[in-house]
Amino acid sequence: MIMAEDKVKIDQWVAKFPDPKGAVIMALRIMQDRHRWLSDDSINAVANYLNIAPVDVYEVVSFYSMYRRSPGGKHFVKICTSLSCCLAGAYDVIKYIEDKEGVSLNKLDPEAHITLQETECLGACQGAPVALVDDEKYHLDLTPDKINTLLQDLDLVEGVQ
Amino acid sequence: MNQVCLRIQDPSLEAYLQIGGYQVWKDLVSGKILPETALDTIKQSKLQGRGGAGFLTGLKWGFMNRDLPGDKYLVCNSDEGEPGTCKDTLIMRHNPHQLIEGILISAYVIGANVCYNYIRGEYLREYEACENALAEAIKANLAGEGILGKSLLINIHNLLGAGSYIVGEETAMMESIEGKRAMPRNKPPFPAQYGLWGRATTINNTETLASVPVILEKGSQWFQDLGVENAAGTKIFCVSGHVRKPGVYELPLGTSFQDLMDLCGGVRHGRKIKACIPGGTSMRVIPGDKLEGLTLDYDALKAVNSSIGSGGVIIMDETTCMVTALTHMMRFYHHESCGQCTPCREGSGWILKMLERVLANNAEPAIIPQIREVAKRIEGKTICAFGEAISWPVTSFIDHYYDEFVYFAQHGKSKVADTQLGFSWNEYMNKDAA
Repeated sequence: MIMAEDKVKIDQWVAKFPDPKGAVIMALRIMQDRHRWLSDDSINAVANYLNIAPVDVYEVVSFYSMYRRSPGGKHFVKICTSLSCCLAGAYDVIKYIEDKEGVSLNKLDPEAHITLQETECLGACQGAPVALVDDEKYHLDLTPDKINTLLQDLDLVEGVQ
Repeated sequence: MNQVCLRIQDPSLEAYLQIGGYQVWKDLVSGKILPETALDTIKQSKLQGRGGAGFLTGLKWGFMNRDLPGDKYLVCNSDEGEPGTCKDTLIMRHNPHQLIEGILISAYVIGANVCYNYIRGEYLREYEACENALAEAIKANLAGEGILGKSLLINIHNLLGAGSYIVGEETAMMESIEGKRAMPRNKPPFPAQYGLWGRATTINNTETLASVPVILEKGSQWFQDLGVENAAGTKIFCVSGHVRKPGVYELPLGTSFQDLMDLCGGVRHGRKIKACIPGGTSMRVIPGDKLEGLTLDYDALKAVNSSIGSGGVIIMDETTCMVTALTHMMRFYHHESCGQCTPCREGSGWILKMLERVLANNAEPAIIPQIREVAKRIEGKTICAFGEAISWPVTSFIDHYYDEFVYFAQHGKSKVADTQLGFSWNEYMNKDAA
């Protein structure tokens, strides 16, 4: 279930802690990066690999907001809706993307090209409104033009692994 | 400006060495500076924790017994998540070596040889910057095993979170590092007695630790002279909201609020400030009429019943509907309550539901004191300070804008003429217009 190269990555995290359990947070992230979401099989494999009880892994998964328990679309576009971004029009940004892409906020559709989500303060408030794409790339000072470009670029690249 | 944490904007080791970086660390390792002397200097500097609580750093370090045998830990809290705050990101991306030197110095002074720099899960760029800097530092024998040719070992590990606000609470972070849900622990025992894996642990904010090398280099008096009485040094202020030029500025504590506003180009469209949240959304709101003559330091902000918090300054102009603003904030707090303590878990949901009823024209004016009462009853009734973080915005919004809240409940609409403007994208994009 866990690919050899992912085991290498997980082992590097295990080495940072006196107790391998510390590595669970990153082991789950590595599995999610690989499969796009966390299935029961992935979670059980992490428990097995780190030699901890499955429940100890499930309770971690349900606590942290970056983990996904169902597959979303090919790309995740997260819009910050904390106060600074709200004051800069975050909900107008969401409306704009919903209308343009025909998607609904927070709807996880595996067939969709884009999954639009709202997220909490991304720590880039000077560049509000802010979007985070595929949990990796920040887009600041959003304008309709920037969003058009961002969405066009996502049409061109492959989905997250 | 930019005299302490943001004094360079270049993440390379070379750039940091050029400004005299790691000299304090070298002097400490060689014995030229004694750890006790370093601790005294930090104590005398009156450096206060920059994460929000403002606890004296030297005092905190003093709780650790560096000669105690066994494992001790240092944690750097880089889980920047307080809404409106974007300072640690700049330290990590533009001056990561100063942070690493601060971590090494602190670890040495408290006697820890393992350090965790816990970076929030979304901060991949910052994680990469810290990893690169750490690799450079290890290669230059400044960190890791056999530091500077001595038998000294200090391992630093950069960690990544997975999305949680409460993980920024110190004991919640320890739970998370141990691979668990980030549920804050009961205190006492405090981290210095019972921290990571039950061992003595100190935890400091990124900005705090990054301030350490320059204080030891230039002296406690220099640092105190930067600021004002009871507020030594500088603070990074992140200004967002309805200003013309949102931005991040490291300024001496005691700087006037007006000077900060001038740096930000003032309020958009020349409007008036209706409200200011000075230190991240958990701090109490200050109404616009109390901002005149205000200085940015601990005493002055306390006098207007707020606090410097994390330095996340959010400006709201007169077009902002305060009921809507508070509701946006409470959605966040309700989602992020860890659920351990009933007052916070249930109270945050009740407050949100009541506010949504007000917005939906489905409430009576009596609901406003009721919302306040629920918020008031969370404060001081929870394991961690998240209870205050929920309570303070609610009670202060209602106290300062009581009429506006009651008006909304009574009329089913905002007292603000056009509620779209305050949250309008178009209006924000055109903020430079005169």
